[in-house]
Parts: sequence; structure tokens; C-alpha cells
Amino acid sequence: MSTVKPPMPKSWYEKTKPHKFCPGCGHGLVLKVLGEAIDELELQDKAVFGCDIGCSLLAWDFFNLDSIQTHHGRTVPVIAGITRVREDLVGIAYMGDGGGYAIGSQHLVNAAMRDEPVTVILVNNANYGMTGGQMAPTTLPSQKTETSPFGRDEELTGSPTKGPEMIATTVKENAYIARGTIADLRKLKKYIKKALLNQIEKKSFSFVEAISSCPTNWRTNAEQTWDFVEREMTKYFDIGEIKKPDEEEK
Amino acid sequence: MANNPIEDEKRVFITGNEVVVWAAFAAGAKMLYGYPITPQNEIMHYWTKYAPEYNRDFLQTEDEISAGFYTIGAVLGGVKTFTATAGPGNTLFQEPMSMAEMMRIPTVSIITQRGGPSTATVIYSQQEVTMTCFGANGEGFRIVYSTADHQELYDYTIKAFNTAWKYRFPTFVLGDGYQAKMKESVEMYNPEKRGVRMVESKESIGTKGTPGIDRPPAHLRNTYNTEEELYEVVMDLAKSYEDVAPEITEYQSDKCDDAEIVLISHGIVFRAVREAAQILREKGIKVGYFRPITLRPFPEKELKEKTKNVKKIIVIESAYGQLKKLITDALYGSSSEILELYKPGMGLTSDEIIEKAMEEVSVKCQL
Ligand SMILES: Cc1ncc(C[n+]2csc(CCOP(=O)(O)OP(=O)(O)O)c2C)c(N)n1
Ligand code: SF4
Repeated sequence: MSTVKPPMPKSWYEKTKPHKFCPGCGHGLVLKVLGEAIDELELQDKAVFGCDIGCSLLAWDFFNLDSIQTHHGRTVPVIAGITRVREDLVGIAYMGDGGGYAIGSQHLVNAAMRDEPVTVILVNNANYGMTGGQMAPTTLPSQKTETSPFGRDEELTGSPTKGPEMIATTVKENAYIARGTIADLRKLKKYIKKALLNQIEKKSFSFVEAISSCPTNWRTNAEQTWDFVEREMTKYFDIGEIKKPDEEEK
Repeated sequence: MANNPIEDEKRVFITGNEVVVWAAFAAGAKMLYGYPITPQNEIMHYWTKYAPEYNRDFLQTEDEISAGFYTIGAVLGGVKTFTATAGPGNTLFQEPMSMAEMMRIPTVSIITQRGGPSTATVIYSQQEVTMTCFGANGEGFRIVYSTADHQELYDYTIKAFNTAWKYRFPTFVLGDGYQAKMKESVEMYNPEKRGVRMVESKESIGTKGTPGIDRPPAHLRNTYNTEEELYEVVMDLAKSYEDVAPEITEYQSDKCDDAEIVLISHGIVFRAVREAAQILREKGIKVGYFRPITLRPFPEKELKEKTKNVKKIIVIESAYGQLKKLITDALYGSSSEILELYKPGMGLTSDEIIEKAMEEVSVKCQL
């Protein structure tokens, strides 16, 4: 067996690795590019990482960053509470689709509307991972989950939430909004870096949704997992920058 | 203290909500997060009106859940922050407060009780005792001061900031709609000038240096993986709470030593009780009173001591037994008969209390 360890971002906390996510989970990949972005922007002495309830909570001791784990859906107000009184800090609120779009949606929408200087990273894995694979706001039409065993019925439950598109309708001119995917980590990292820089430079709200995998609850093998992330999810969720600060567009 | 609006002592005639604002200014609070609900609204109104002048900040959040979590964030950032709510807002507020309890976050909350359950009335009650003392999923490791008048609102609002930051348990000032809205005269002062040192606020995150390089990262959480792990945490919380409780508990009592009946009440109802006790004494009836000022931690030992020879106790409250639960718990094993006068959501007059006490005395006299 090879003894060469894969390189870890500097901002990762080595003692807590290997991490606690399931094999094949997308959270680890999103946190990897977040770590690299923090390294490259040299934010280790400034960034405060907040995580939610949901699988994101497993990241409470993930980084060599001051971190705070809070209640389901409440990461945005906790982090915004910090950056409001501490302009020297860079606030990262990290959560799942349930935390951001269901229980905590009013916090997300209102923080975006107020243009809070925070970077929200929301992991969209099309289900509630931690509680055992129930339907999420982002569950795809006809997708089977524990609470939609016959497939999501849009008549009954509405359509999957397109979070970044929704948020884009409410934000101020300097907000940055994008959707990336673990299937294209380079691009996802670029979006996350731009989001962090936007928070720092423009003191503005920044939001990146990351399309991600949950093979455990999807009950998929590697190939099916990847197929679902790459093909199924992107049929519904477009990848790309949805809102850039106005100056940049000119 | 920089930028303290109250330098010299002055007597003023103002509403309770206004009192809270000046006290919070005097205590050095820098930030208020809030959401409108009657009867605490004017706390936000006055605060926002004067905040720019004294270099303080305000944010009206989308709900009380958010106000509570923003408060937690700001406190973690090292800034003295408070919030105020009532009734259904207090209900929503329990979620952030359970996090504050778990993580020992020094939040200060002003609760101006209104009627319940649910939306009920916007005016007055003492029905938020159980929720404020024991709300949310936890053991109720909190500090709750119940004030009876405007001077106490001023004094205990200032004190709440010190208690919260010194002991690091979520701290509440439990007032009510009457106190919030009525005017009374108050002596305002700068606590430092009276020799009250305000406890410095300190950040829990974002301290100097780079985490992992110059110092360990602050990894704060409220989720635990195993029963054993949580057990340790809760037992530690319990121990810390019990250790400091004797330093925190406060009460007031009079003439309990030779009393046949002791009247127990808290908050504004205590004022009617005090008057009733005085009138009854003038009539030659041996009545005393006991009033817990801290409802959490509860002055259990002191209550037991003061009532050890008393045959009858009457608990008087504007709720249906919320105070009485605290009393019966504290007096477990005592032989005193515990009677009650409940008027949930209503005010109480000294006449009603005298009448109730007289009934009990005359029964005793016939024996
Ligand atoms: C108030 C409250 N309601 C429900 C829960 C239970 N709960 C824990 S995690 C979770 C779902 C998380 O799903 P998501 O946010 O999509 O994150 P994921 O686990 O998929 O990463 C729920 C409902 C809770 N912790 N708190
Ligand atoms: S349950 Fe799903 S989201 Fe959670 S760690 Fe496992 S794979 Fe990841």
C-alpha cells in the first residue's frame, strides 16, 4: 500500500482526518476546494467557519479555522451576527439544502436582501442526508426518497427549489451568486474563491450552491452516483455564475 | 466607559421600555437585534433613536429565531449584545437560547411578558415564567431576574450584563407589559461611578493569530456523538451552574419569623402583596412576605429557612401556578399548607390579597 498521503489543504485540521463523511460523499470534495480557496486567498487568520445541522455538522472541527456549529437552518444568522460586529473577519456559512432552503430559508432570503457580508456555501445533494434520505426542497421530480417512496410528485409537493435563481431576484448590485458541482471541482473552486473575494472586497453577500452526492441515501454505486450528479441533477440545475457584481458585468 | 450617555445621576419619569434602553446603554451594550412584538416594541424604538448618537447598532431581523442567533453571533465576536421579546416571540426565542445554554454564551434578553397561551393578549401576565426559566430542550441552566418596578428594571438590566458575562449563562430580565408601558420615576446612574465594575466582553472566535499556527482553532459545537459525551457536558454544566447559584440568587422578605401566613409573589404582583402585608400587619394579623428576585436559580434554601415555622403559604400570581411549581419544588418535604391566588393574565390588587389572607386567618381562628 502506498504511504504517500494525498495533499491536504493547509487550512484543514490534520488531526481530524480522515473525515467523518461517508465514502463517496460530496461534502468532502466541497470542503476540499473550500480549503484550497482559503489557502490561496490566505484567509486562515480571518475566516470563521459556521456549519449547520445536517451532514455539514460533521465539519465542526474540520478546519484549522475558528468554527461554530449551530442549529438546523440557523447558520446564516449566527455568521452574519459575527461579521456585523467584526468587520475584520470573513464569515463562511456552510449548510445543506434542507438547512438553507427549507427550515432556514427565511434567514437566507433576508440575509441576502440585507446584503450581509457573508459567504454562504450550500450543498445540494437532493435529499436530507443526515436524517436518512427524506425528500428535500431540491429533490428532483420523480426522485424516490424515504418520504417520496413513489417519486416526488410535483403536483403535491411543488417543484425543486432553484435556490441561486431565487436569491438572485432579491440581492443588491454587488452580490455574487453561482452554482457549481463536484463534477467540476476546478470551476467550483473558482466560484468559491470569487465568492470569498466578493465578500472581502465588496462587503457584499456571496452565495455558491454546490451540486453534490449522497451515495448512502441514494443507494447508488460509484457509477450511478456520478451519473446522477452529472446527468440527472444538471437537467434541472444549471451550472454557472448567476449573478456577478454589476461592475464586473460592464 | 467611552460614550456613556449617563454620566451624572438623574431622576427621570419614563416608561419601563425606556428604562431598559438607558440601562443597556449604561451597561455598555453595543448592539441590539430584535423583532417587533408588543409590549416590548419601544425598547427597539428608543434604542434605534439614540443608537447613532452613542455609537451603538441595531438590526431588525426577520423573526425572533434570527434575532436570537444574530445575538449569539455578535456575542461570540466579543460584543455586548442584547435582545428583547415577549409571548410568541419568547417561544421562538427558545431555540437560540438553548444553544446559548449549551455553549455558555452570555446573552442578555429582556422579556416583557404578555398574556398566553399563543397570541392571547398584548398587555400583561406572568405566564412566561416556566418558558423563560425552563424553555427549550435542556435543563434550564439560565439566570432569570424578575423585576417589580422601574428602578429594578434599571438596576437589573445593568446587572444582567455583568451576570451574563461573569458566569456565562444566558441571562433574562423578566418584566411585564405593565412595567413596559407605564411611567414611573427612576434614578439613572452610571454604574462605574457607583463603583460597579462592568465585566469586560471577550471574543470566543477571531482572537489574535492564525488558528493551527499560533493558537489552536476555536471549535465550538452543540452536537455530540454519544450519550456518554453529552452526559459529561451536561453534568459539567449542572455543576458549574450549581456552584455559582448561591452567588447569584436574590430574594426579599419581611416579617416571616413570627408570621402565621407568608405571602409569596414575584414581579409587579409583589407590589400589591407588599401593600397587603403592610395593611394586614396594621390590623394586627401576622403576615409576612417572601419574594424571589431570581426565579432561576431559585432561592430555595432561603425560602425554606424563612417559612420553616409557617403553617400557611399563599402563592399569588398572574398565572395559573407557574410560580407555585417553583415554590412546591423548593419546599418539598415542608409541612406548610400551600394555597394559591391565581389570576392568569390579570392584575392583582392589595384588596383581593387581603381578602384571601383574611379568609385563611379566620379559618385558623375558629380552630
Ligand atoms: C429544528 C430541527 N428540525 C429537524 C431537525 C432534524 N434534522 C437534522 S439534519 C436534517 C436534514 C439535513 O438535511 P440537509 O440540510 O439537506 O443536509 P444534508 O444532511 O443533506 O447534508 C434534519 C431535518 C433538526 N436537527 N432540527
Ligand atoms: S449521508 Fe449522504 S450527505 Fe451525509 S455524509 Fe453520507 S453521503 Fe454524505
